[in-house]
Amino acid sequence: MKAETPVEGRILPLPNSATKPFWDAAASGELVLQWCPACQQAQFQPGPLCRTCGDEPEWMKASGRGSVYTYTVVHQSRTPPFDKLVPYIVAIVQLDEGPRMMTNVIGCAVADVHVGMRVQVAFAETVDGIALPFWQPEAGEPA
Amino acid sequence: MGDRTPTIVGIGLSDYPKTPHLDALAHHGLAIRRALDDSGVQKADIDGLLCFGSYGIDDAPSMAEVLGITYNFLDGTFAGGTVFEYYVQHAAAAIEHGDCETVLITYGSDFLSKQGRILGTQLYSSGSRQGGPLQFEMPYGSPLVSGYALAARRHMHEYGTTSAQLARVAVDMRANAAMNPLAMYRDPLTVEDVLASRMISDPLHMLDCCIITDGGGAVLMTTAERAKDLRQAPIYVRGAATAQTHWNISTMPDFTVTAAARSGPRAFAQAGISAADVDMLMLYDSFTITVLLLLEDLGFCAKGEGGAFLDATRLTFDGDLPTNTDGGGLSSCHPGMRGIFLLIESVRQLRGQAGAVQVPDAEIAVACGSGGQLSCMGTVVLGKERA
Repeated sequence: MKAETPVEGRILPLPNSATKPFWDAAASGELVLQWCPACQQAQFQPGPLCRTCGDEPEWMKASGRGSVYTYTVVHQSRTPPFDKLVPYIVAIVQLDEGPRMMTNVIGCAVADVHVGMRVQVAFAETVDGIALPFWQPEAGEPA
Repeated sequence: MGDRTPTIVGIGLSDYPKTPHLDALAHHGLAIRRALDDSGVQKADIDGLLCFGSYGIDDAPSMAEVLGITYNFLDGTFAGGTVFEYYVQHAAAAIEHGDCETVLITYGSDFLSKQGRILGTQLYSSGSRQGGPLQFEMPYGSPLVSGYALAARRHMHEYGTTSAQLARVAVDMRANAAMNPLAMYRDPLTVEDVLASRMISDPLHMLDCCIITDGGGAVLMTTAERAKDLRQAPIYVRGAATAQTHWNISTMPDFTVTAAARSGPRAFAQAGISAADVDMLMLYDSFTITVLLLLEDLGFCAKGEGGAFLDATRLTFDGDLPTNTDGGGLSSCHPGMRGIFLLIESVRQLRGQAGAVQVPDAEIAVACGSGGQLSCMGTVVLGKERA
């Protein structure tokens, strides 16, 4: 799904060996997570080893669904382009697979976001083949 | 060999809150000279240095050179604003072990004069691309304050904590600051004032946030044996423990529990104390939520009961649980990293030198810092008597 949100001027990721597969998948519109076959659990952020047992992680496709664990509406932000985007939502989303990630909840009025809100991933293309994942209310989520 | 119990024998503050004539290095120099004068320690006797750097001189070996320290022990650990509690832990071990005799912990910052009040709401990135763990945060524009707001929101969701309860912290810190002629803000505050101040990152208002000042501090530690020949009654390091849950906020395991839930009990056990024995607290009040979480995690109330605890407990110098008697980072002094001031104010109190805010019969003080975004927690138990 394509995310409708302004991305110009944002600080973009500089991938490393652990995170490159995540960003490569994002560029093709897919959300992936590292998966430890020994622990039978997913982890985010990606790392050079399973942070529980130290084993070498594999990759899995994620459902792209989750819920808002916590959020804040940012009213003051000095750094461009965010100074022009206030008020905006910064949230921690808990994926259905367990791990959490930071995001902006988009497609949602700042007054409507709430803890527990069901959300789904959407990607916004930026420059140099980098796409950023955002999360928006799941289709059918009551406003 | 003598008694190698680690003690704090010297403290020094540079000038604050606003000192445009001093750069960060000058703050170090002023604080160190005052700590030497306070203690009677000779500069040449310092054989240990714990300092991550200064602004513009960013490593411990450079600081050893600039300050002229011929050391047997050097530590440039970085752990955000609580690193000074980490230094006490490390220095205490080094002194007990015999690695060194007299150590200097030092800090200086010209944050307000050089950069202004930007720490909480600016993104700190090296350029248009962000590597490392922050590559998963920087694209979303979450400034420092927002990390704490995320924690406050989750606490409110799980436990029904209110903005008015958090505001009590800011009100009490301001009451303490009113007694401190150096404090940046001294006019009384009400809960209504805090709630009416502009929203920065919901649910945190401007007056839920610490201030930015200039300032610096120095602490000298040595053995109980050497302390006998010095000017001040030694203050004993009875316990010191450190712990970390995460560094960048998006990886915090539980946004309502900090690593003080681990460092606190370990430091208390070393000191042989419980929360009931604590006469005063110095808690890193970066934001009002920080104090609430530390009160819970250190065991002054149960997890989730911090809001009700703040309704019922005054944190003023003459209140139920005196906390940050200098006025704290919320109202008095916060040059970006507050951990050293927690130690200095504890020592001032335990020596009986705290003047108008002196806590009567103060025997035990607990300093608990918070570094990063609720990430690193150093807890130090200081006592007038040894453990």
